[in-house]
Amino acid sequence: MTTTTSTDELLSVRGLRKVYGSGPGATEAVRDLTFATRAGEMVCIVGPSGAGKTTLLRCIAGLLPPTSGEVTLDRHPVSGPPEGMAVVFQDYARSLFPWLTVAQNVDLPLREKGVARAERRRLVAESLDAVGLADVPNSYPWQLSGGMQQRVAIARAVAYEPRILLMDEPFAAVDAQTRADLEDLVRDLWHRLGITLLFVTHDIDEAIYLGQRVLVLSARPTVVLEDVTVDLPETRDQLTTRNDPRFHALRTHVHGLVQQAKRGEAARRAAA
Amino acid sequence: MTSLTARTAVTPARSLGSRLRHHGRRLAVLLGLPAVLAALWWIVSERAGNFFFPPLSEILAEFGPTWFDGRLGHDLLPSLGRLAAGYALALLLGVALGVLIGTRPALRAFAEPVLEFFRAIPPPVMVPILMLFLGIGTTMKVVVIVSGAVWPVLLNTVEGVRGIDGLLHDTARVYRLRPLTRLRTVVLRGASPGIVTGARQALSIAIVLMVISEMFAANNGLGFSIVQFQRGFALPEMWTGIILLGLVGLLLSLIFRAVERAVLAWYRGQRQAQRGGSR
Ligand SMILES: Nc1ncnc2c1ncn2[C@@H]1O[C@H](COP(=O)(O)OP(=O)(O)OP(=O)(O)O)[C@@H](O)[C@H]1O
Ligand SMILES: [Mg+2]
Repeated sequence: MTTTTSTDELLSVRGLRKVYGSGPGATEAVRDLTFATRAGEMVCIVGPSGAGKTTLLRCIAGLLPPTSGEVTLDRHPVSGPPEGMAVVFQDYARSLFPWLTVAQNVDLPLREKGVARAERRRLVAESLDAVGLADVPNSYPWQLSGGMQQRVAIARAVAYEPRILLMDEPFAAVDAQTRADLEDLVRDLWHRLGITLLFVTHDIDEAIYLGQRVLVLSARPTVVLEDVTVDLPETRDQLTTRNDPRFHALRTHVHGLVQQAKRGEAARRAAA
Repeated sequence: MTSLTARTAVTPARSLGSRLRHHGRRLAVLLGLPAVLAALWWIVSERAGNFFFPPLSEILAEFGPTWFDGRLGHDLLPSLGRLAAGYALALLLGVALGVLIGTRPALRAFAEPVLEFFRAIPPPVMVPILMLFLGIGTTMKVVVIVSGAVWPVLLNTVEGVRGIDGLLHDTARVYRLRPLTRLRTVVLRGASPGIVTGARQALSIAIVLMVISEMFAANNGLGFSIVQFQRGFALPEMWTGIILLGLVGLLLSLIFRAVERAVLAWYRGQRQAQRGGSR
């Protein structure tokens, strides 16, 4: 226990290291990550492509054992997917069951959770409606466009009403207008249910708009470059927040960090 | 949303008249070749004057008297019963072992060469051996069918289980699906394309083994009847047996196709969508 732990700390990542494979072909995806989140916090994670963001989320989700270091949830080490957690995977299309309809895909986790039938029906309908898919509950995922499939995966996570939600570039495949709507949906959900949210994105603006904190990761081998606090007003609005001078300042700052991360990588490559 | 409507509109609504015409054409295509072959058989056999190759007219005339006076119950039903029992057992065993082996990579690497060896053994050679152990009763015949039909089901199930996307397993873990739900909703459905492929191969093997096991030793059954007629030089009757066997095989494969269409509708749709390459 070297890190100071606040009383309401929920998730803690300490000295996380992940190496894929072994021997000369090994890839050190994550070198040393340490951070913690309080319950009900919204943390966005940005970093260059290949920095290990997906790897980090998979370790937190208990899907991937770390090489060293540890992830704890409520002070218990995570060894498998914990209860009350939902994940929206980056490969959203591959995470939907192709033999189930859209509604069945959303319904399945609820059924397993033991939610009553009427309540399930309401949750499925509401979450599909929230992501703009109210008209296709009986379609199969492969009948939908990429952006629509991504929204099915989001609806599934939303309907689940998780305590912790991990999202890995969840809006990558949707158009700009839908994206803005979904951002507000996620903010609203987070407010309403008080969930803890870890949100990976490539989009710096999105990270600042959504998050209370933005974790900027370095290029591989990955460490936390900076933990930026987003000191913007709690209620956010696509127009006013994005025009806030503070928003611009934060964005310039994070942008600089990401550039630095990329340059670091370039320098290392040149040196090698 | 436009992409959706475009892709779901695979079967546009047709008027009744054009639908009837469409089905009529399909029927004509389906029955065209069989009709030509039957006509050819009719003409050639009429003129052959060969005792072992009786005229088709005579064979057809024999069909009713041969089969509809009790033989359907006495011979066809026992055959079908043994076929059903053997095939069902082979499916059950093949899928169960296939899932077991397919979900355990270590076991799979260990077992696969052995399984391939068993698959490579021509199933009929098992008949004399199994007769030694099990006698000539129904048990022997059912076991013969299982011993041949189980391998394609087993191996294709293993292959099907292996083909399930890892991210679906991750999704199942994240949403904490119970083992039974995972088995039913993820593993069995995911492996169903493989299972169906194996089941199709197994069906034809099972029919062959049903007949062969009856030819070796039996006191009823389709294979038994055909051999009996042949030994008694009742050639037209023997040919009716062969025709009946063909009809049974045809009927079973039609039923199989219907089941396959229902079970794998999602798979066909997905493959079509991928080939459409719209993503
Ligand atoms: N299963 C794996 N086996 C081997 N190497 C892997 C595996 N998964 C990821 N990697 C490697 O680990 C590194 C980090 O990958 P990861 O997918 O976590 O990055 P990312 O930050 O999510 O990238 P992106 O922003 O492009 O999604 C990459 O170099 C990648 O090649
Ligand atoms: Mg990623």
